[in-house]
Amino acid sequence: MTRALTPPQSLVGLHPDAWTEPFWVAAADHRLTCPRCAACATMRMPPSPFCPRCRSQNIEWVDLSGRGTVWSFTIARHALIPELADCLPYVVAVVDLEGAPGVRLVANVIDTEVEDVHVGMPLEVVWEDIEGTPVSVYRFRPVG
Amino acid sequence: MSDRTVRDRTAIVGVGRTPYWRRGQSAPRTRLELACQAILAAVDDAGLGVSDIDGFALYSGGGGFDPGMAAQVLGIPEIRFTAGLTGGGGGAAGAVGLAAAAITAGMADVVVSLMVLQQPSGGRFGSAFANKPGQYSAPPTPEKDFLGPSGLVGPGQMFAILMQRHMHQYGTTREHLAEVAISTRTNALGRPQALMRAPMTLDDYFAARMIADPFCLFDFCLECDGAVAVVTTTAERARDLRHPPAYVRASAHGGSGDWGTAITWMGMPEEIFASSGHRPVARDLWERAGLGPSDVDVALLYDHFTGLVLLQLEDYGFCPIGEAGPFVADGNIRHAGGSIPVNTHGGNLSEAYIIGFSHVMEAVEQLRGTATNQVPGAEVALVTGGPAPIPVSGLVLTK
Repeated sequence: MTRALTPPQSLVGLHPDAWTEPFWVAAADHRLTCPRCAACATMRMPPSPFCPRCRSQNIEWVDLSGRGTVWSFTIARHALIPELADCLPYVVAVVDLEGAPGVRLVANVIDTEVEDVHVGMPLEVVWEDIEGTPVSVYRFRPVG
Repeated sequence: MSDRTVRDRTAIVGVGRTPYWRRGQSAPRTRLELACQAILAAVDDAGLGVSDIDGFALYSGGGGFDPGMAAQVLGIPEIRFTAGLTGGGGGAAGAVGLAAAAITAGMADVVVSLMVLQQPSGGRFGSAFANKPGQYSAPPTPEKDFLGPSGLVGPGQMFAILMQRHMHQYGTTREHLAEVAISTRTNALGRPQALMRAPMTLDDYFAARMIADPFCLFDFCLECDGAVAVVTTTAERARDLRHPPAYVRASAHGGSGDWGTAITWMGMPEEIFASSGHRPVARDLWERAGLGPSDVDVALLYDHFTGLVLLQLEDYGFCPIGEAGPFVADGNIRHAGGSIPVNTHGGNLSEAYIIGFSHVMEAVEQLRGTATNQVPGAEVALVTGGPAPIPVSGLVLTK
């Protein structure tokens, strides 16, 4: 069994625009949020200036439970860039979010053996504060 | 048939290339030099001259190729058309469709499409989505902020996630991926220009190191330097030139809106997540061609990663959705005895990776009857570009 490692904080860089900034502000507060169309209630991620269903620009920010399931994943075992050499293997999952139908996040699954990761695996968000910054990033771990 | 069609009105009349090198090995030759060598070889192959060229139809940013600079350096008298598909490798097949559209519209007569690739050390397509500065890393964006922290930095990792989902939904296995790698390698064995000419066994495949599950080293394409160019002109003119024309029967590019940016988004609906994104393009391509998968003699499918060949076989209708694994396991894509030989030149996986443009060259050679691994009597060839974010593309060429 092989422990899943976490990519380095040096990979984190935020370049927010007016639409994504509220997400990261909430993240700094350890709240996982998602924009919901104020006109038709369609949720979307990443935050973007129009609802792809009705084109409304009005959104409401919804706090999510932070729970989700693995939709699919890969186990990265090779460092494609040098910064990743010391964190192999790491798991990158596409996570279906509870309370946000059709919305997914790409995130690491940590606190697990890589062999245990599977499609449908229940997860919960875990926040990682980026040293020396007000930024927090979301990762996920198995529930329980 | 609508008169809004390019069907049979143009043909590829010339193909040319440089040698293929491993990434970084083409120095001290310059990118411009490689591109122009391929162009000269292609016009010469056609029996034309540089002075006949009046247009360029490109894709993937032309690989950094600038038609104005080429015109200046090669002494092309006049340029009348320059355009390219947006996106990356997904436009490989569609670039020829763009050339056909320009010629059919009367905007140019002799149009060159090409790809030139020179990957200096420090810049690699394999990490094209790293959230860090680099030759092949796009500038940071608000959208990439959502990928960067996870260490999802390369297309191979991204497509591995799509493939993992396909395995989950349909029971596809690594043995199925191995069949693509091995059959493609087998096609490369007798080709002097192929960079990978050692036979590959199933044991070799499973002994290779894992890069991003379920993809191992041999599921990944090569990283190369080189250039490939093709010349397209009117069907009338094509008939008087050196080689039998490879007629442009149809081309299509694009994708459904909810495919979007695909691998850098991962929000595609369940019905298409584990696909190549080609289904709408395949539908248009077959309709415009008046042909279907059973008419195709040889398929040159963009093979940046083995598994995406499987997904294209499904999306172009060579087998039902979800059944590409067993389909290839039955030997259907092999040159020897396969029902639909795939990547007879060795593909991106084993010949060379020129962002899929060697596939166009191989299609032309198959239709001329001059291919190394000739499919006897080949009359219809399919070429694809992508899987990728929108656009992906397809091209049907006929004898």
